[in-house]
Amino acid sequence: MQDLQLLDAIERFLRGEMSPEEMASFEQLRKTNPEVDEKVVEHTMFLQQIDQFAERKNFKLTLHDVHSQLLESGEIKEEAPKATVFQMWRKYKRVMAVAASIAGITTLLIAGMATYYSQKKTGADIERLRREVKREVAQKANEVINTMQARTTKAPENTPVKFGGTGFLVDGKGVIVTNAHVVNGSSTVVVQNSKGQEFRSRIIYTNPETDLAFIKIEDADFRSIGPLPYGIRKGGTDLGEQLFTLGYPREEIVYNEGYMSAKTGYNGDTLSFQIGVSANPGNSGGPVFNRNGEVIGIINARQKAAEGVVFALTAKNIFRSLEEIKKDSTYENIRLTLNSSIRNMDRVQQIKKIEDAVFMVKSY
Amino acid sequence: MKTDSTDEKALLKGLALNDRNSVETIYKLYYNMVQSLIINNNGSADDARDIFQETVIVLYEKAKTGSFELNCQLKTFVYSVSRRLWLKKLQQQQKFLPSMNNLEETVPVEEEVESHSQRNSEFQMMEKALLHLGEPCRSLIEAFYLQKKSMTDIAGHFGYTNADNAKNQKYKCLMRLRKLFFAEFKNDNV
Repeated sequence: MQDLQLLDAIERFLRGEMSPEEMASFEQLRKTNPEVDEKVVEHTMFLQQIDQFAERKNFKLTLHDVHSQLLESGEIKEEAPKATVFQMWRKYKRVMAVAASIAGITTLLIAGMATYYSQKKTGADIERLRREVKREVAQKANEVINTMQARTTKAPENTPVKFGGTGFLVDGKGVIVTNAHVVNGSSTVVVQNSKGQEFRSRIIYTNPETDLAFIKIEDADFRSIGPLPYGIRKGGTDLGEQLFTLGYPREEIVYNEGYMSAKTGYNGDTLSFQIGVSANPGNSGGPVFNRNGEVIGIINARQKAAEGVVFALTAKNIFRSLEEIKKDSTYENIRLTLNSSIRNMDRVQQIKKIEDAVFMVKSY
Repeated sequence: MKTDSTDEKALLKGLALNDRNSVETIYKLYYNMVQSLIINNNGSADDARDIFQETVIVLYEKAKTGSFELNCQLKTFVYSVSRRLWLKKLQQQQKFLPSMNNLEETVPVEEEVESHSQRNSEFQMMEKALLHLGEPCRSLIEAFYLQKKSMTDIAGHFGYTNADNAKNQKYKCLMRLRKLFFAEFKNDNV
């Protein structure tokens, strides 16, 4: 209670509401009682604080008032801060620039890889074996090749070869099987036999899913080679079976041999199998023969990280695709050979028979 | 709009008295300048308003002391204070510090800004203390000390039987407020 009275006294004292007598006695009290004096000082300070606080608050009110009034009367305008998004953009310009370029590069990379490996489940670590053809090499080699044939090129003029791969006849009348990725996106396909003769041909079927393509030779110079020396095997193949390949990793037909190393392909793909053989770009689409001279597969990719890990599509895929092709009546008389006529020959003789049916596929 | 120094003095005097016209004049003279400063340096319209009002408050406090000697154009002073305040705020928000180009000349105002923020924190303590006081004490104190109403008015308004009762209640509230405020104060100064 005493405190309250004291507070009251102090306030009245500060506001000058005291009568002279009261003031005198209050001053006297302060002098004699330091405790009271201290309280007076403290409270004075506190009241000043409140006072200033009040003033500040009132001033702020005025400011707000003026602000909204002027805003209403249009004498000041609140500039739009260039939109929040834009502001964010300004704020994080550098960060965003870095992020955007990383994203951009990544997108480009992924897009590039996706286009390159768009076939099936082909991962980044396997490589398609079509060949990027180098013109000079091709010409040079052509000069060396068989001089018996008058060399007339069937290639479109002034168009560089995009890809080179291998293909082989499945019908003596001129139907060739190769990989879809070899002829993918090309306008013109020219095939060349082991003697260097070129024939114009037309893509009649491609399936990027199975990576198979059928092309038909449509060239007056082409003579049917009659019944094929090799058959195409419908059934499976056993692990460890000897096999050999023919292909065009260069301008010359190249022979290679190896073995069946796994019954499934890359990532457990059952449409293909793994073989142990050396294969290079240009081998794509090349036939894989067992020792009886039956086609058991079509080379289509190799694993980048490992040596001698090559994948081939099973020959069964040819039958499946052919069923689809035969729906078109133009091609319904394509006949696959099932039995190999080179069964008991030695390898050199087999190859001599086969090589006429294996072609280099050049897509423009 | 150019102002000569006598105008500026009159303006400051008016400002010290919380004179509405002076505040309006200052607003009209400098608001756009400060706004473009803030907007061009990562700020929004709201930021601009806050900073401008803070600046005017600095000016107001300065003018109230009565001993304020303006050594430069008022415009330069306003610009400098706003710029300083905004840089400080940006720093607190840890935003990218823009390389603020000086469109206008500046004068050193670090002292003013420092003492202003010191006062601001004191006022924040008071605000907080008031907030913790609770009703009806808070309204009572605000009515008397902030709105400067007379005790009789307050007694009528708050339903006290007479002014003395209201006064007693007010003192009780004030004691509590003091306690809260000094507790804050000590906390803050530890």
